[in-house]
Amino acid sequence: MDRWVIFWTDGLVFLLVCAVILLILRIRSKEHLRRPWRKVVTNKVGMVSAVVLGFFLLIGLADTIHFKPILDNSQQSQNTYSSEPISLFDWWVTPLRIREEKTYSAPFSWRLYAKENIVSADGSKIWGYPRLKYGAAHLADPSSERSTDLVKIGLLGAAKGLVLFAVVVAFLVAVRSWRTKAKFVSSLAEIYGNRSGVPWCAMFTTLLILLMGGYAIAELSFKYHVLGTDKVGQDVFYQSLKSIRTGMVIGTLTTLVMLPFALILGIFAGYYRGWVDDLIQYLYTTLNSIPGVLLIAASILVVQVYMSNHEEDFANIAIRADTRLLFLCMILGLTSWTGLCRLLRAETMKLREMEYVQAARALGVKNTSILSRHILPNVFHIVLISVVLDFSGLVLAEAVLSYVNIGVDPTTNSWGNMINGARLEMAREPIVWWSLAAAFLFMFALVLAANLFADGVRDAFDPRRAQ
Amino acid sequence: MDSFFSVKDLKTCFGRGESSVVAVDGVSFDIDHGKTFALVGESGSGKSVTALSALRLLPPNGRILQGSVLLDGVDLFEYPESQMCQVRGRRIAMIFQDPMTSLNPVMTIGRQISESLNIHASLDDSEVRRRVLDLMNQVEIPAAERRFDEFPHQMSGGQRQRVVIAIALASEPQLLIADEPTTALDVTVQAQILKLLVSIQKFNGMALWLITHDLGIVDEIADKIAVMRRGEIVEQASRDSFFASPQHPYSRKLFEVLPSMEDLHSGAEGSANPLLNVEDFKVYYPIRKGLFKRTVGYVKAVDQVSFSLQKGQTLALVGESGCGKTTLGKGLLHLIPNSGGIVRFDGHSLNDLAADEFRQVRSQMQLIFQDPFSSMNPRLLVGEIIEEGMRTLVTDMSQAERQDRVATLLEQVGLSADVRSRYPHEFSGGQRQRICIARALAVKPRLIVCDEPTSALDVSVQAQIIALLKDLQERDGLSYLFISHDLAVVAEMADYVAVMNQGCIVEMGNAEQVLRTPEQDYTSRLLEAVPKLNRGRAPLNL
Repeated sequence: MDRWVIFWTDGLVFLLVCAVILLILRIRSKEHLRRPWRKVVTNKVGMVSAVVLGFFLLIGLADTIHFKPILDNSQQSQNTYSSEPISLFDWWVTPLRIREEKTYSAPFSWRLYAKENIVSADGSKIWGYPRLKYGAAHLADPSSERSTDLVKIGLLGAAKGLVLFAVVVAFLVAVRSWRTKAKFVSSLAEIYGNRSGVPWCAMFTTLLILLMGGYAIAELSFKYHVLGTDKVGQDVFYQSLKSIRTGMVIGTLTTLVMLPFALILGIFAGYYRGWVDDLIQYLYTTLNSIPGVLLIAASILVVQVYMSNHEEDFANIAIRADTRLLFLCMILGLTSWTGLCRLLRAETMKLREMEYVQAARALGVKNTSILSRHILPNVFHIVLISVVLDFSGLVLAEAVLSYVNIGVDPTTNSWGNMINGARLEMAREPIVWWSLAAAFLFMFALVLAANLFADGVRDAFDPRRAQ
Repeated sequence: MDSFFSVKDLKTCFGRGESSVVAVDGVSFDIDHGKTFALVGESGSGKSVTALSALRLLPPNGRILQGSVLLDGVDLFEYPESQMCQVRGRRIAMIFQDPMTSLNPVMTIGRQISESLNIHASLDDSEVRRRVLDLMNQVEIPAAERRFDEFPHQMSGGQRQRVVIAIALASEPQLLIADEPTTALDVTVQAQILKLLVSIQKFNGMALWLITHDLGIVDEIADKIAVMRRGEIVEQASRDSFFASPQHPYSRKLFEVLPSMEDLHSGAEGSANPLLNVEDFKVYYPIRKGLFKRTVGYVKAVDQVSFSLQKGQTLALVGESGCGKTTLGKGLLHLIPNSGGIVRFDGHSLNDLAADEFRQVRSQMQLIFQDPFSSMNPRLLVGEIIEEGMRTLVTDMSQAERQDRVATLLEQVGLSADVRSRYPHEFSGGQRQRICIARALAVKPRLIVCDEPTSALDVSVQAQIIALLKDLQERDGLSYLFISHDLAVVAEMADYVAVMNQGCIVEMGNAEQVLRTPEQDYTSRLLEAVPKLNRGRAPLNL
């Protein structure tokens, strides 16, 4: 079946999702593994961040399921598919995707940002700001009608959001009352009175804000360019949403590449010492002394050359962009494991002298199970903290690399590319600020939510904070 | 007459709201000029918190609820913080337990002592140096001139504690608060520091507020004693009357649990086949130098040690810290590589065993550590910790059998079976030590190396652990290699005693014989240094 397309990064993301689900099932089956997570879900800030993260995740995952859309060809009996695959998310926001203006336009504007010769109906030419093709096109006299229209659509959207919120909450409460075998009303009262331990109220408030705001903006975005348009007239709001996937893929897949190196090498070096330690230290010192940006630039160039030499394997732009994204993740992973490796080596060296490790050795426990039972769980908090810090760092690194054109493919939507595109316009008068602001806003929200959630997780897992 | 320093109805708590814990509950006492007041109690009884409250140095979550602290009739709690700073250090000084952490590692000794002079008196440089050298001489630091420019890491523990005392004395305080000043030190050093404190007190005429858990120390230097328990003072008396007849049942209990050196064991004569026989055992650490790390010499941590241990008996290894007793214990269990010597366990030589073969022997020889806090993996459940040895060494057990055995073991060491699904940090030091014992017992060993198993515990808990170890020995016929610096505990436990000094055994024999009639000077010095209860007889004459 040719309809569904799975890119490399898609496949890896699905794999990651499966791994996380399996992990959750395993944790659920073990009482003592569940305990720290139960502490996580009582952390207010952490859970609010989790709701926000969930929103990002939902969009990112929807953007990861790719398929080829049916071309509109009613003459032919058989369906033919477009050669360019789009994602579920693309399909869902089709109006946003296809409605391109000529060039820049400000958020909620009804006209272009640059003056042009406008040929009016009677054939006369005026030097002025032409109307947008799509933005506010439904209004006859935008300058007077726009504000009332904005409020109207916004409120309507918010109202729909409220309805959706009610449905979601009703569903969640129903599930909860079914699981706890309580009455629906009493379950609701428990949540409202904050008696369940889990900060449901805070979570639902966040959800309410997200749904109402999100719905209002979604409704508006079908009539206006909520965050304006970029140089070639693409909707910036659409770009920002598409960038979520790029950011999350880079943040998570890079970590996936990096973790095994850092974990295995770091722990081995710290535990076995001797020549193993010398070798691993030599390896990461060498790797560290090669300028990372050069290494990344070189390998991206190699990948590009390879792709242009094997054009038959990389038929369309989407595949090329995806391959480049994957290689960027891998090369970032290969250059970034040294820091965590060093930390883990030092921590392991400390732990191997701990009395419980000696007790395990006295009990004849084999080295491999000392490593997995005694060392690994006790360096887990370091892994967790640095993975999350790296996540934000990697999202930011992507922006820097795109700036020097060795980041993701220019056709891939990413916050880095958005910033890169916006940087030239910062010197323009009047200034084009919305691309930069949008990229910043989305990046900030994602990184902040991830950091706050990780804080909650770390606190819950630290046994010294347990009391 | 009003006392020079008095604490009245002091109440301190930690935390806020429902979760707050009262640490000090209505404590009152007085200290007179030039006298020594001892506040005695077990860990967690609120001794240190009382001192910190009096100095208004509580951590941020602590609060003083009520009470007053009068210094020469003026309430310290009414001073503003700026004035309180003047009181601290100048009129009241404090020294802490651990000299390692109370000195700044990157400042020279001289500068650290002069720092308190600079703050509290305006002196020029040469004057400061002279004063510092005076102080260093007063606390009997040898070669003060040279030591002036040295760093803390270049000094021994005892020397560091002297520096800490010198810092406290720098501003000639009227009251010195000493919070467990000798707990982190060796017995011989401990005695020297106590002597020093007493002589300085005589010389300066200052008052000394001693916080300790050690009744031996109290008996030697205190004038007045208060026993603290759960935030309250349960008994307050002069030294003579307290030691003659303690009134409160808790005070009496403190005396009861005290290991006495009265009745000593004398082990049976060695039989032909001892359980453990060690000959010429050595652990050397190579000293490597130069580019290619050539071995230029050795540190002889354990040097040609020979001894044997009978079944069901206890051999105590005694010595000061750094004498190689722990290294010996770990070397015997192959936790540290040894450098030679013959070890026979139950007649079989352990020398030529490969790593895999030695694993089989491990179930026969187990280990209990000193620090109950670092000897258990904080991420594992108690049940998993105890099971670990069974999983690796007793492979033919089913999961259910292991569970049963864990339950039995926990009961044997005096814990209930349902603690298995809890984490180690939920237990107190004594309970943790019990879990460690259960872990060692799980593989049914015949020899247990006990590495200072009681030195991190309170006296009453210490007594319980010793009783437990003795019970187990009687029931299962265990042999112990008991490593300790505490001669009182050794006297309680040991059948044989081996005294170690600088890697060698200097004296070995029956407990009775070694502890009563030591042949070596070193052994007698160790014995003399142990603070003994005079039970109200003449105070220590220094």
